[in-house]
Amino acid sequence: MTKQEALFTYLLRLADDRLILGHRLSEWCGHGPVLEEDIALANMALDNIGHATSLLTYAAEVEDKGRNEDQLAFFRDVREYTNIKLVELPKGDFGFTIARQFLFSTFAMLHYEALKDCADPQLKGMTAKALKEYRYHHRHSKQWIIRLGDGTKESHERIQKSINDLWMYTNELFFMNEVDEVLISEKIAVNLEKLRSDWQKLVEETLKEATLEIPDYKQYMQQGGRNGIHTEHLGYLLGEMQQLPRMYPEAQW
Amino acid sequence: MIDTMPSIDQVWEFLSEVEDPEIPVLNVVEMGIVRKAYYDDNNKLWVHITPTYSGCPAMTAIEMDVRAKLFEKGFKEFQVKTDFSEIWTTDWMTHEAQRKLKEYGIAPPKAMPTNAEELGDKVIPCPWCDSLETALESEFGSTACKALFYCHSCHQPFEHFKCI
Ligand SMILES: [Zn+2]
Repeated sequence: MTKQEALFTYLLRLADDRLILGHRLSEWCGHGPVLEEDIALANMALDNIGHATSLLTYAAEVEDKGRNEDQLAFFRDVREYTNIKLVELPKGDFGFTIARQFLFSTFAMLHYEALKDCADPQLKGMTAKALKEYRYHHRHSKQWIIRLGDGTKESHERIQKSINDLWMYTNELFFMNEVDEVLISEKIAVNLEKLRSDWQKLVEETLKEATLEIPDYKQYMQQGGRNGIHTEHLGYLLGEMQQLPRMYPEAQW
Repeated sequence: MIDTMPSIDQVWEFLSEVEDPEIPVLNVVEMGIVRKAYYDDNNKLWVHITPTYSGCPAMTAIEMDVRAKLFEKGFKEFQVKTDFSEIWTTDWMTHEAQRKLKEYGIAPPKAMPTNAEELGDKVIPCPWCDSLETALESEFGSTACKALFYCHSCHQPFEHFKCI
């Protein structure tokens, strides 16, 4: 595998996670439990989708086959999407969305901190920019985890259930293969396995503060997202997201 | 093409005429969004812009406004490039920009960039009555770059331009 192929795949992975998560967050627009949270979730959707756009623009440039960011977003099918399954699950209730935000943004923050010495200047710049935003996402979701976990009996039970339900999707955060090996040797990517203990520490600290139980790490763990094997939910999401550009491929606005 | 190319100083002046679409009292130069302007070896003008936030929805509008301004000033061939090589920070906003922000009713970012962990503990003076009796309502406001505050003295909500 060439460096170019590896970088293209790596950028797609980052972009797909963020585009799909951003889409799920955007589904809260107009449906948030209170106005401030509606706005907060829409803001975070925007951060993710905006960041995904830059990543896809750069991915298209690296691929150099005449595609652009819109073609990569709207004209790839389910099997070509490389996001982890965690981000494609339906938005659920507010607690479920917050639990996912917490698990994902904690990882994204650590990942982007680790990319501070990335040898690719464009990727380095984009991730340094987004790191500031993931710190906000992390802090926002962490506060809610504590508030809901250490809240009422019902909020406690529901946030615990969300954490439990999402747990088997978290191992994919650390997925690595040849793509990572090639880029690690180029000093562009980092060994994600090395982030695992920090991630566990941050997650466990907050769960404890929230009086929540830490689920079993040894349970069955989902996989496949990075290889295009998804849950049934992604197809419906893409159906909605891609409908307009597929019906009117040349549409401009 | 224009017969004599405007100097780079003039180009900066032209660009200062472009308003920020979300905070129209500020222009894109004093916001720190325009990073570079130069002629390349073929005398083609390049303008580099950088977003305040990754998902800043105003970015497309800003790029279009910059292009429109350059067309208006007689440029035919130029390139507007989104540049991520430097990370936008509120430090790049000029003093003048901070003053205008306050006048407009948005509490300007404090000089020291602070990380998100501290925002809740910071005292942000009310842009309307200068009271320090204010409280953070939400870290997310009407746009990605702003947080929502409430003033307990004049009982007005206000926005604060977050330091990043
Ligand atoms: Zn006041």
